[in-house]
Amino acid sequence: MNVPGLSRSLIPDRTWNFLMDATVFAGLFALVYSIVAVARYWFSAPVAAVQISLSPTAIPRYAFYSLVRMIVAYLLSLAFAIGYGYFAAYHKRVEGPMLAVLDILQSIPVLSFLPGVMLAMVSLFPSHQVGVELGSILLIFTGQVWNMAFSFYASLKSLPRELVEASRVYRFSNLQRFFQLELPQGAIGLVWNSMVSVAGGWFFLMACEMFVLGKRDFRLPGLGSYLQSAASAGDATAITWGIAAMIGVVVLIDQLVWRPAIAWSDKFKQEQVESSSAQSSAVLNLLRKSPLLTRLRDGVTTPLMERVYLSASRRPPETQSRPSNWQRSVVAVVGLIALAGVLYSVFQGLGLLKGITRAELLTTFESAGATFLRVIASLAIASAWTIPAGVAIGFNPRLARIAQPLAQIAASVPATALFPVLLLALISLGGGLNTGSILLMLLGTQWYILFNVIAGAIAIPSEFREVAGIFRFSLIDRWRIVILPAIFPYLVTGLITASGGAWNASIVAEYFHFKGQVLSTFGLGAEISSATDAGNFALLLLSTIVMATLVVSVNRLVWRPLYRRAETRYRLEA
Amino acid sequence: MPEPLIEARQVEKFYDQPSDNRIQVIAPLDLAVYPGEILTLLGPSGSGKSTLLRILTGLSEASGGQVLWHGSPIKGPCENVSIVFQSFALFPWLTVLENIEAPLKARGVSPEGRFARSLRMADAVGLDGFENAYPKELSGGMKQRVGFARALVVEPEVLFMDEPFSALDVLTAENLRSELLELWEDKKMPTRAVFIVTHNIEEAVLLGDRIVVLGKNPGRIRTNFRVDLPRPRDRKHPRFTRIVDYIYQVLTQPDTEHALPATGPGSPKTDSRLKYPMLPHARTGGVAGFLEILADHNGREDVYRLADLLSFEIDDLLPIVEAAALLGFVKLSEGDAEITPAGLEFAHADILRQKELFRGAALQHVVLLKQIKSALESKSDHTLPDEFFHDILDEHFSEEETLRQLETAINWGRYAELFDHDSERKRFFIPEETPGPPQNMEVGTET
Repeated sequence: MNVPGLSRSLIPDRTWNFLMDATVFAGLFALVYSIVAVARYWFSAPVAAVQISLSPTAIPRYAFYSLVRMIVAYLLSLAFAIGYGYFAAYHKRVEGPMLAVLDILQSIPVLSFLPGVMLAMVSLFPSHQVGVELGSILLIFTGQVWNMAFSFYASLKSLPRELVEASRVYRFSNLQRFFQLELPQGAIGLVWNSMVSVAGGWFFLMACEMFVLGKRDFRLPGLGSYLQSAASAGDATAITWGIAAMIGVVVLIDQLVWRPAIAWSDKFKQEQVESSSAQSSAVLNLLRKSPLLTRLRDGVTTPLMERVYLSASRRPPETQSRPSNWQRSVVAVVGLIALAGVLYSVFQGLGLLKGITRAELLTTFESAGATFLRVIASLAIASAWTIPAGVAIGFNPRLARIAQPLAQIAASVPATALFPVLLLALISLGGGLNTGSILLMLLGTQWYILFNVIAGAIAIPSEFREVAGIFRFSLIDRWRIVILPAIFPYLVTGLITASGGAWNASIVAEYFHFKGQVLSTFGLGAEISSATDAGNFALLLLSTIVMATLVVSVNRLVWRPLYRRAETRYRLEA
Repeated sequence: MPEPLIEARQVEKFYDQPSDNRIQVIAPLDLAVYPGEILTLLGPSGSGKSTLLRILTGLSEASGGQVLWHGSPIKGPCENVSIVFQSFALFPWLTVLENIEAPLKARGVSPEGRFARSLRMADAVGLDGFENAYPKELSGGMKQRVGFARALVVEPEVLFMDEPFSALDVLTAENLRSELLELWEDKKMPTRAVFIVTHNIEEAVLLGDRIVVLGKNPGRIRTNFRVDLPRPRDRKHPRFTRIVDYIYQVLTQPDTEHALPATGPGSPKTDSRLKYPMLPHARTGGVAGFLEILADHNGREDVYRLADLLSFEIDDLLPIVEAAALLGFVKLSEGDAEITPAGLEFAHADILRQKELFRGAALQHVVLLKQIKSALESKSDHTLPDEFFHDILDEHFSEEETLRQLETAINWGRYAELFDHDSERKRFFIPEETPGPPQNMEVGTET
């Protein structure tokens, strides 16, 4: 309690605020400087082949470059996701096709975009480093944007009807509607999906920063390329430093960005009654107290927004006008051009596929089978340990308090960073990559299942467990009648995410540059990677199509029916 | 007669079906809102009263007819109206004051002006001290006060309210109603007319200068009359109860005006098959309980008094009464429900016998159940998919109503042990080993 007038009790507050201001100021300064630094580097002439230094002193610089790449890619994704979701939700005619496109793009492995994106970017900016940089950023972008777009679209589609009507009857401008209704409604979904997306970005960072495309060797200074170079050189110290740096960066971002973001987004919950379990974040509280930020808001942002709202409100109010002929013809022309482009690329792609030999086709299908089996095996192993562990954690609050933060940190470590270590262990144990890649896939995907199972176990009403106790259910009955059905919806959600992740991970798990040589095993992922390495576009296209088709059809034929069943039969109604 | 503020001329709403049929939600009707009055629009669920409100405010478009605002047709949401919503429709991420300010922001009012006006309005509806709270921190009554303040702050000419009190508990609702009347009587609100949609009869009589009662299937005006009781109105006053009684009579009277006027040239196809008998959405347990209570009241009781006794609103009670009447267990006349001999037997029977009686009555009177049973019997494996019946019904009802019809039919069919339903495979079927009708029951064979 602060008693006004008692200056002693005010001191700690003030010091904090001063510190906070200093930090914010330093942060702004650093931001300006880094923009300049990045720009200088990007617009320099391309360095023939960047030499990646394995000295630990180079790590801060590399971490900084990687971080900038991630941030730019993330901001791009956010803007694109909001735009795409908004357009799809409000344009009935294109809604269906736009969603189908999202669904398919989501199932194409990131690295299959690599050659196309890279070659396009490098030819756009032939004389600057920025071409390769943009290519790498676009790659990270393709890995994280789709689920965010889906999330924003879904939240627009689930706007409460009466809120929409209120915004119409009170004549909100489109702008006011966006800031007071649509964006808040989508905020929670966007924050959570951003977390997942950025984690995916870290996962593929190694692949996105350093790769061989045919005869060309692309390298960008960054944490990912550092780790990859360290792995190729077999330099254990460098690997350790790299992993430590990456974990440090990831954990720091989690604490400084995502925790505050989650706590902040809590106010956008569509709840009528206050719930007890509010998220909190010390960083967010500090930021809220910062006088500098307050002054910035009162002095700059608020008046600016006022101006914008005023001009928006002056515009003629919503009229249900049909699109004019002019607008319609523009849309038609754009649609036609897009269609022509699609047809042309399909035609070209088919031409490319003509070069595929029968043997290659057969191999592709066989390798698809091999990877399919590996995906199933990794899901099975992951379920085998995460279901009992998750249920145990969920049933035991004390265990949950200890285990959950640990698991969260473990999950946030990009599994690709650990691959070199695992590979070293595997090789010393004498195992090959054939089974080893299963382990690598497992490393990236088991967390999705674990977290969902924990959430499901926590959601089981205690009455269910009491019933099982009173009627002395056997252990088997307890699982069969109570636990498994109750966690089923959560389990399915976890499995869907995990299976998508496993397919994607197969590309990096089945094919690896290590100690100057290529370690690989027979599989679709390895085929995609080696086709990229060799610049064999026909094979790359074929294997990508096979993988995307497999993922989409497994989704349609297995996961969706299971999900529907989970939604109808195994839902715990409130 | 003064100029109406809002006038609906031959306004109707329907949904076109792929087949020649169409689903009429609101039959063409005329309605006007005049300055200086509180108009209450009363109707059972499914009478389209909320739809009508949305058409009058310009939120949704009528399928036919015209809405005039000061004599000229409207396009899009009306210039100067407000709506108070049943579920409050407050933005959860804005504070109380920000919620009230939002409509002013949309009109480009300066920050100072906004602040002053919303603060004044918040005070007027009794929100002092809550300005910086978030909606989730407020009770239902306080939330609706925010809804009032937000609606009134733009000084609407007509204030529309869509069941504004039905999400609140009885005492809070009473309190808010009287405060609304106080604001209105003391001319503290700048509004020239108030339009309230409700399904609570007493509320309609307490508030309305004029009461419009809608009938359902399709929605149409069944009565429209002025109430000139002085305010504050006393629920126990004989004139008050007479009006309530009259409304019950209107609502429980079977629809006499089946023949709808033609909707204009070129649409004579509408009504030939429209009158597929509709199942009232009552649970079988509710019907049984209602009959037992009626039997305890010597077999005859005023529906209004029953509703009062059970503290039911008409939306709860009417489907039950209608179901009992449909099954031939009660007869309705002049707002009274009278139990029939079959109903009396039902009321005094044990559970198994009640099921038998229900089965008999259902097969005799309920077209849909009869159809389902005979269709299932005509198949050798005694099973049919949901779509089969869905397709029969969606000729006559909206998608939503079709699903509700099927849901009710399943509930009744299961209770009567006529058939069962597999919700996972989405099929109707007759169970193999139906313990089924004993020998002396010869129901179920005739159609």
